[in-house]
Amino acid sequence: MTETRQDIELRLQLRRKAFTLDVALSLPAQGVTVVFGPSGSGKSTLLRAIAGLEPAARGRVRIGAAVWQDGDKYLPPHRRAVGVVFQHAALLPHLSVHENLRYGWRRSGAAAGAVPEWIDKLALGTLLARSPATLSGGERQRVALARALVCRPRWLLLDEPLSALDVERRSEILPYLETIRQQADIPMLYVTHAVEEAARLADHLVLLEAGKVFVAGPALEVLNRPDLPWALRDDAAAVLEATVAAHDGHGMLLLDTPAGSLHVHGAAHPTGTIVRLRVQARDVSVAMSAHADTSVLNIIPAVLESLSPLPNGQLQLRLRAGEALLLARVSHQSAVRLQLREGLPLWAQIKAVALLV
Amino acid sequence: MSPILAAILVTLKLAGLTTLILLLLGMPLAWWLARTRSRWRIPIGALVALPMVLPPTVLGFYLLLGMGPGGPIGQLTSALGLGTLAFTFQGLLFASVLYSLPFVVHPLQSGFASIDPAVLEAAATLRAGPFDRFTSVVLPLSRPALVTAALFGFAHTVGEFGVVLMVGGNIDGQTRVLSVLLYDQFEAMAYSDAHRLAAGLLVFSFGMLLVMQWLGRRAAIAHD
Repeated sequence: MTETRQDIELRLQLRRKAFTLDVALSLPAQGVTVVFGPSGSGKSTLLRAIAGLEPAARGRVRIGAAVWQDGDKYLPPHRRAVGVVFQHAALLPHLSVHENLRYGWRRSGAAAGAVPEWIDKLALGTLLARSPATLSGGERQRVALARALVCRPRWLLLDEPLSALDVERRSEILPYLETIRQQADIPMLYVTHAVEEAARLADHLVLLEAGKVFVAGPALEVLNRPDLPWALRDDAAAVLEATVAAHDGHGMLLLDTPAGSLHVHGAAHPTGTIVRLRVQARDVSVAMSAHADTSVLNIIPAVLESLSPLPNGQLQLRLRAGEALLLARVSHQSAVRLQLREGLPLWAQIKAVALLV
Repeated sequence: MSPILAAILVTLKLAGLTTLILLLLGMPLAWWLARTRSRWRIPIGALVALPMVLPPTVLGFYLLLGMGPGGPIGQLTSALGLGTLAFTFQGLLFASVLYSLPFVVHPLQSGFASIDPAVLEAAATLRAGPFDRFTSVVLPLSRPALVTAALFGFAHTVGEFGVVLMVGGNIDGQTRVLSVLLYDQFEAMAYSDAHRLAAGLLVFSFGMLLVMQWLGRRAAIAHD
């Protein structure tokens, strides 16, 4: 399936009441591209236009060697080899789970083994005879994922696939998304307004605002840019990629990160696994010396790069720790008392780290 | 052939053909009304609903004028070598189709409108073309609406009187339907015959509604 690189080239314009979508993008043929933005930013419209579901969109859509749209040329959605997972699954309500899986598979001419393969990988064996109305939200999304994948699409487009689920169901689906990413070798376009999903899944990140591309690039680079809107939010965070170095046998992992070694509470990932960490600014404080008499486990040396005031009167600090950038939050009084200024060496005390993978 | 049997046959033929034509015409029309955002939707919707409130004699009167040798429909059918339609079965069929149109289009329209557009989009991304989507998704999902539309169309055509009398007249074996025969019997003071016919029609209509209620209930239960 890798005879041609299935990168996507897009130039799209579409006028809507709330915004005018106007984007020019090229999306890499590998990994997960997350399109992130607030509601009304045009991210779902962008996905739908790639799938051919927005006939009013003008421009050009090329995927690999195939031009799906250019000027007056417009391939209808049933002739575009994409798989789409909708926000509310959109299973065919009059068909069983198995018939839903076979619906697109029959029409796409994919190999005979595709249906059993994805039934197995997404653990759908016990659901096959059920009607979609009897499934839970999480089960529905799993069926929708499998239904799209059995057609062997060139791209998998996911339109806020977790936003209709509660937190518990989300964590039920996320491992399956990881499976797909690792085993299907199929590029994905993932639309979301949740920072956590973007931080966990993205290899490549596109930030849309009011129908325009605000920034696009490799995920870690974009996520850690200090000038982006989410840096100002209450859950501003730094995202690090780390390698599992050791286990202590008590549920703690020792991770090698660009910021130095960190102890993190987490599931027993095998040594050598690459994981992502999210360190929230409100979980990081600073000290002028490395306290030994504190319960905080992770205390690493850092240099204060900049201070920026937040709307709530606090200060947000950018800290350079080793190769990495961390964010921290302190009150105005603390900043005065510690005489914080740019270039000051200090210690970052990390109270909590979220393991994303 | 007894006049009653002849009238039953004409009625069944008329109602059956009217229902068939209305389902074929009504499906695209109802689909358009259910999905379009065109500004013509409201005036066309009102036009389709008009026979529900218009006195049947008004519709019959204009149809008769239109079908006559001087009317536009009459001139068209004459030019096609069909003669004029007034007081023929074909003319009656044409009138019935117009008269029962809303009773078929409305159930279909609400059935089509209740289909989640995302489901149709999903089918399209699963490589189903427009006609394929209609037969594999829209029709199975609208089965209760189709049954209701067919029963309503049939029952309403059986029950028409004013339009028939104006357009079809009262020709034994050709245009005399049961409701007109009942009127004849009443006029001729054949009350016991009229009684039997009236009771028969009453039972038929009640039975149709019973079936529709039952189907509606079953569809509602299946939906849960």
